[in-house]
Amino acid sequence: MGKLVALTGNIAVATAMKQINPDVCAAYPITPATQVMEQFSEYVADGLVDTELIATESEHSAMSACIGAAAAGGRVMTSTSSQGLALMWEMLYIAAGMRFPITLACVNRALSAPINIHGDHSDSMGARDSGWIQIYAENAQEAYDNQIQTVRIAEHMDVRLPVMSCMDGFITSHAIDSLELLDDKTVRDFVGEYKATYPLLDVEHPVTYGALDLQDYFMEHKRAQAEAMKNSRKVILDVAREYKKISGRGFEYFEEYYMDDAEIAIVILSSAAGTVKVVVDAMRAKGEKVGLLRPRIFRPFPYAELADALSNVKAVAVMDRADSTGAEGGPLFMEFKSALYNNKKQPLMINKIFGLGGRDLMLPDIEMVYRELRDTKNTGKIRTISEYITVRGEEAAYGKA
Amino acid sequence: MVKLKDLIQKEPIMEGGHRMCLGCGAPIIVNLILRTSDAPVVLANATGCLEVASTIFPYTAWRAPWMHSAFENAAATASGIETMYRALRKKGKINKKINFVAFGGDGGTYDIGFQSLSGALERGHRFLYVCYDNGAYMNTGVQRSSSTPFGAATTTSPAGLVIQGKLQKRKDLTKIVVAHNIPYVAQASPHNWLDLTKKAEKAFAVDGPSFLNVVSPCPPGWKSEAKDTIGLSKIAVDTCFWPLYEVENGKYTINYKPKEKLPIEAWLKPQGRFRHLFKPENAELLKQIQQDIDKEWEALQRLASL
Repeated sequence: MGKLVALTGNIAVATAMKQINPDVCAAYPITPATQVMEQFSEYVADGLVDTELIATESEHSAMSACIGAAAAGGRVMTSTSSQGLALMWEMLYIAAGMRFPITLACVNRALSAPINIHGDHSDSMGARDSGWIQIYAENAQEAYDNQIQTVRIAEHMDVRLPVMSCMDGFITSHAIDSLELLDDKTVRDFVGEYKATYPLLDVEHPVTYGALDLQDYFMEHKRAQAEAMKNSRKVILDVAREYKKISGRGFEYFEEYYMDDAEIAIVILSSAAGTVKVVVDAMRAKGEKVGLLRPRIFRPFPYAELADALSNVKAVAVMDRADSTGAEGGPLFMEFKSALYNNKKQPLMINKIFGLGGRDLMLPDIEMVYRELRDTKNTGKIRTISEYITVRGEEAAYGKA
Repeated sequence: MVKLKDLIQKEPIMEGGHRMCLGCGAPIIVNLILRTSDAPVVLANATGCLEVASTIFPYTAWRAPWMHSAFENAAATASGIETMYRALRKKGKINKKINFVAFGGDGGTYDIGFQSLSGALERGHRFLYVCYDNGAYMNTGVQRSSSTPFGAATTTSPAGLVIQGKLQKRKDLTKIVVAHNIPYVAQASPHNWLDLTKKAEKAFAVDGPSFLNVVSPCPPGWKSEAKDTIGLSKIAVDTCFWPLYEVENGKYTINYKPKEKLPIEAWLKPQGRFRHLFKPENAELLKQIQQDIDKEWEALQRLASL
């Protein structure tokens, strides 16, 4: 049994970083992630970590410095949100393409415009094709647990890819939650020593990083990167299982809540799952066969396993805290549709876009989704494939039903 | 002090066989500077001619650890490398001295990489930033930069029927770097190898950031002859278009004063990018260029006399 504490999600993540004790951190402040690096800077100032901190002049330079530091040959971590992640965009692809095991605590926040500081997933969802592994946490405990695991996943020799560990801005990052911490030694033993591959600082064995890669080699290198992402599937599971052994906690690819005999289900990421669980409990008490599926890993997307988890469900609502404007639904919805295309058993599927810019998702909103799912299941008819909910406007038929 | 006979005996760190143009100033500058280093070097390179033409996979021209990651971030990349060096040195995982050098053209330094350069200088990383300044975005086909001289024709500031090339004056980046109060800043030219290598030596010796701005003739961009590269860099200095000076802990020193300052036409004439300035109707523009150079040269002399 670890130490029980009350911390915000941000401090929980900073604590994990302190226990990991990376060689270099480079970051730039941005709400709501600022607190992670502020807290970590205190650890540096108090000599509680050996880390060298680079307080850069932008997120672009933060990720660039992380990339330089990783190439030099050591463990590197950073943290950001929203516009900061957007400013890093170019470098996210480069970090992944160069196969640097950098880990990033992403405190999810809406992207401008309009400017907004609150939580939604438009930042990390926009980076879903950048080649980073993405893990989403429901609460501070999981944010802490994930942060520790990211290091092992990223640095595994079959992977060597950057990992983004996401939690919801404010809802998770700023609310004080109770969680259990591992002791420092357990964490350090778990993450182990960093193994540098082809470090720039090995001047006796000079290497060239970032060569111009044209038609004759580029595709092989991208394929190798894709293979590494495939390899991460097994590594993610192994690391989750090993972590469970030392902590007694955690999920693998996803969490299933009353899914065994569920006839209708909601699929949702991160903190909103906690709210959905309250509704599931209440509806289950009335004998309704409702369930919740909360993916933890979004990249690599566990297609087969997630499709299998929904195989016996009759109707599913995938709820997205980000939109992919112009597509038929949000990013999570599209992945699930794709995952189920080759399945013999296919549930009826609808998509709800919710919570943009931190808009609250309340218990009655979730109940309404389950009621619509019940109708969908009973009639076999889908009213509308994808729509915004908890939103003003004539077009939003939802809520009038 | 650097001796020529020692310099030429060192293996070049940027090896031959790369695909830089005939007459390009950059490889000359790079090798002169790197041969001066008293310790092994680790290099960061901005996107640009030097990067593209030296590392076409699976080949590399670099005998030292070298890294390119993007266009605007050579200084930020170098700051990450140098910081990791300090982190590992503190832990006893690395012991030898290493010199860190970042290279960028004027596009990667004056413009898109300006913020990252400023940030890295302010943070005080121990590294040398070298700008090989050829006065335009040569890698993408000679577009104007904030270093392009007034009046020069580029593909985005062409000399047309109503507009005579670039209408704006150059940004004085060297002085902007001086304003960062870093220990060592200098302007140099590849024709004066002794001056350039002395400056590189001083730059490597300081405990903090240093910056060298080196004029780098570009035959395709300047529309000049490859054989004239060294000659043109000398004339750039003799006309005082590109004065050789250094600023050590804030103190300006002019390293070379031409006995007789050449008229700017001597530098403009051999370059096709200034051809239009020699039309009779553009006489005023030529006069203006000369006046600006005179004014800047006087201002520099005043700074050096402080």
